[in-house]
Amino acid sequence: MADLSVRICGIDFKNPIIPASGVFGYGKEYEQYYPLSELGGIATKGTTGAKRTGNLPPRVAETPMGMLNSVGLQNPGIDHFIAVELPHLLSCDTVILANIAGSTPDECAEVAAKLDSTDVHMIELNISCPNVKQGGAAFGTSCTAAAEVTRAVRRATKKPLVVKLSPNVTSITEIAKAVEAEGADALSLINTLLGMRIDLRTRRPILHNNMGGLSGPAVFPVAVRMVWQVANAVKVPVIGMGGVMSGEDAAELMMAGASAVQVGTAIVQDPYAPLRIIDELNAWLDANGIASAAELTGTVRPW
Amino acid sequence: MKQDRYKERLACRVRAMEQLTAAAWSMVIECLEAAAKAVPGQFVHILPAGSFTLRRPISICGIDKEAGTLRIVFEVRGKGTDALSQLHAGDTVDMLAPLGHGFTLLPENARVILIGGGIGTPPMLPLARHYGADAVVISGFRNADAVILQQDFAETGAKTILCTDDGSAGRAGLVTLPLEEEICAEKPAMICACGPLPMLKAAAALAQKHQIPCEVSLEERMGCGIGACLVCACRTLDEHGDEQYLHVCRNGPVFKAEEVVW
Ligand SMILES: Cc1cc2nc3c(=O)[nH]c(=O)nc-3n(C[C@H](O)[C@H](O)[C@H](O)COP(=O)(O)OP(=O)(O)OC[C@H]3O[C@@H](n4cnc5c(N)ncnc54)[C@H](O)[C@@H]3O)c2cc1C
Ligand SMILES: Cc1cc2nc3c(=O)[nH]c(=O)nc-3n(C[C@H](O)[C@H](O)[C@H](O)COP(=O)(O)O)c2cc1C
Ligand code: FES
Repeated sequence: MADLSVRICGIDFKNPIIPASGVFGYGKEYEQYYPLSELGGIATKGTTGAKRTGNLPPRVAETPMGMLNSVGLQNPGIDHFIAVELPHLLSCDTVILANIAGSTPDECAEVAAKLDSTDVHMIELNISCPNVKQGGAAFGTSCTAAAEVTRAVRRATKKPLVVKLSPNVTSITEIAKAVEAEGADALSLINTLLGMRIDLRTRRPILHNNMGGLSGPAVFPVAVRMVWQVANAVKVPVIGMGGVMSGEDAAELMMAGASAVQVGTAIVQDPYAPLRIIDELNAWLDANGIASAAELTGTVRPW
Repeated sequence: MKQDRYKERLACRVRAMEQLTAAAWSMVIECLEAAAKAVPGQFVHILPAGSFTLRRPISICGIDKEAGTLRIVFEVRGKGTDALSQLHAGDTVDMLAPLGHGFTLLPENARVILIGGGIGTPPMLPLARHYGADAVVISGFRNADAVILQQDFAETGAKTILCTDDGSAGRAGLVTLPLEEEICAEKPAMICACGPLPMLKAAAALAQKHQIPCEVSLEERMGCGIGACLVCACRTLDEHGDEQYLHVCRNGPVFKAEEVVW
């Protein structure tokens, strides 16, 4: 039994496996399967200032080794999250990362300020949403917009701030450095890659939103590459995700530079995926004589 | 073994496979716990073997609590259902069940009308079992070659009315005609329907006209199947008549017809 615990921004995680934002809701649906205390942490569904209804269905399409989603940040708003969902989550004996988003830096800052006075452990700022003030391009696709929203949120909270990067960029290291310079305590990546599928018979895109976010094993090599690049470009810790389906995938992302690993699509497929991945990572560490998961981080030996 | 807490729970053994028509298959699955909990209208969520990311939702067509089995009947529509049709008795399936919110069950002696269209007929069978001779089952298919489950429905003691679009079996025409006749013959306590959207819409309209409670089973593309990922949204009205998204996997698949934004 290897030591699975990791420490990020001074916060102790009992293991490095964390359900990713958007696939785990606020955890309730999964408690019928296992106690949430088995998890390293939980990244909660992206929460905005006001309630959002989300996009028209269909919101999901299967793709080769992956899926597209266009949920559109459906969520009940930050006040509901704090009043109704957070108290229970905080009683679950696991690290809670409140994932937040907004259409303006002010909205993100307002949400963060509300969370600042709660006992939530970390804030994860999703910068992949459209910035309505700048023509709808995602904050995360330009250094200036990414820096601006990070600055606004940084001012609003003293909580450990994880900024979640979009992979839909030319140079992820530039964005990572811009966000680190504005005071991000950690970075998480990758969010989904923009994609599209068309139904040949109807000539309609399968998603009503036409485009959606690609996730799952198909994006895993992109995630490994980006985690590796970002981990080498910044000093703050990196939480890796994108297509992790097994304990060995988690080990690979950690070698690339991740201090912990989030799991999204694998959970959509199988509610027990996080437990299986924890067990597999543990078995892999044991089989390879590695005493602690934390030792893996960044140990890739590049050519 | 620690792993038992997840592996055993999802792997179920196929007890029997039977081909019903060129495209439709019946599968009986051993799942003691799921069978014990299942109610009519719920569904199972199966991950076909191979390189599939998403599970396939299939309605429960039979619940045998004594044998500890669930039965599903499905049509091959794409790669996932094709993979399921290749399974044999003794194979295992990766299944989450029972999921969703089923039909309201009235006392067994209530007169209810059950409407099934095409591959929407299977979820009507457990309801027909519940209501027996007090149920009227009206099922509609494209043609004689697509007809399924008529013998099963007859065995429940329910009155069965078969319709086909081209008249090659049973009555020619849509299910709505016999539906209206049955309503007028004796007003039912409830109408339950599953099938193509236009059929559900027509059944709901008739139910509303005659002021009969109506429940419909809806379809939407799914991810998790348990209400967490929010991909299976469906437009509904809340108690104030305001539009809201509910989720087919958790709030449904069965909805009150008047809740649905058609
Ligand atoms: C609650 C519910 C109950 C159902 N019950 C039955 C049943 O009893 N018998 C039966 O034959 N079919 C049923 N269906 C439809 C069945 O889920 C689809 O035919 C099946 O998912 C198609 O998968 P595929 O891989 O063969 O097709 P593909 O087109 O290759 O599938 C691609 C993706 O789209 C999804 N998808 C495609 N069509 C549908 C659809 N109509 N509904 C939902 N998802 C779809 C698939 O799940 C998959 O994720 C039900 C659907 C729902 C939502
Ligand atoms: C259905 C779905 C909903 C998601 N919702 C969010 C969200 O609200 N906020 C967010 O930051 N990321 C969201 N994501 C992205 C995931 O958190 C994750 O970054 C991505 O899916 C890649 O990981 P994976 O391949 O393990 O799924 C969502 C992903 C999926 C599949
Ligand atoms: S399929 Fe995930 S919420 Fe319905």
